[in-house]
Amino acid sequence: MNDDVKVIAQSPDTAKVDSGLMGIAGAIMLGAILLFSAGFAQATVMHDSSHDMRHAMAFPCH
Amino acid sequence: MLKHILTSAVFAGIVAGLFAAVINLWAVIPMVMEGELYESGERVHFAVDGSPQSDAGSPSIMDDPARHLMPAAFSVVTFTGYAFLMIAGMALAERYGHKLTMRQGLIWGLCGFITFQLAPAMGMPPQLPATPGPEVVPRQLWWLLTILCTATALGLIAFGRGVWPMVLAAVLLFAPHIIGSPRLDTYFGFAAPELAAHFVGSALAATALTWTMLGLCCAWFWVKLQQD
Repeated sequence: MNDDVKVIAQSPDTAKVDSGLMGIAGAIMLGAILLFSAGFAQATVMHDSSHDMRHAMAFPCH
Repeated sequence: MLKHILTSAVFAGIVAGLFAAVINLWAVIPMVMEGELYESGERVHFAVDGSPQSDAGSPSIMDDPARHLMPAAFSVVTFTGYAFLMIAGMALAERYGHKLTMRQGLIWGLCGFITFQLAPAMGMPPQLPATPGPEVVPRQLWWLLTILCTATALGLIAFGRGVWPMVLAAVLLFAPHIIGSPRLDTYFGFAAPELAAHFVGSALAATALTWTMLGLCCAWFWVKLQQD
């Protein structure tokens, strides 16, 4: 019985730690996706419309 | 946690991205447009008649104002991407007890500039249009390698304890440059060298400024939104 109480008391803490790390991992993935689409996507329309910014930020895109 | 990261990064990215768009429009884009005059052949440096000179002067950004809207939008997207990475790093540092202040934000911004702009520029300086370079894929790989090595090295210097993290950091800082970036064995650039040099200096100065701004914005929004 005691054991059960312990487990219930611990579970929110464990969940909090995981959600923190998941948040950080999610942010890294989102950042990478945004950077890839703004800096490297090769579709002509993407390239032409971001061209000047890519030169200014020195993305090696072409 | 994810909501706090998302909102801070989006706000910081929008502010820094718009700031970058304005700075670039003022200090960098006119030179990109001037470089395009050489790329299109409208201007020729060292022409066939033996004349070593070409006119100097950038086209006005007001010639075609609509052209600058999309790069400005992409500037916001780019800096939002960088903001996500920076805030992820800040959140990670805070988990290990490193409290974030505006001063720390300034250092984060400068380290971002060193990682994403200055270190890669040593092997691959910002390129003016009309500057042919080697194959794009090896350059992208070297760019990514340099960023990962530099980021890890700066992390070790900032958060490492003892001698060995510093030694490893030094190795990581130098390794990409000892390996060397992909280069052509001949020079092909056909824009005026003065313009190319000025462009590189201005582009690096502009990114130094905007990355500093990004660091400050990330720290400010992260702390501010935590209190609310």
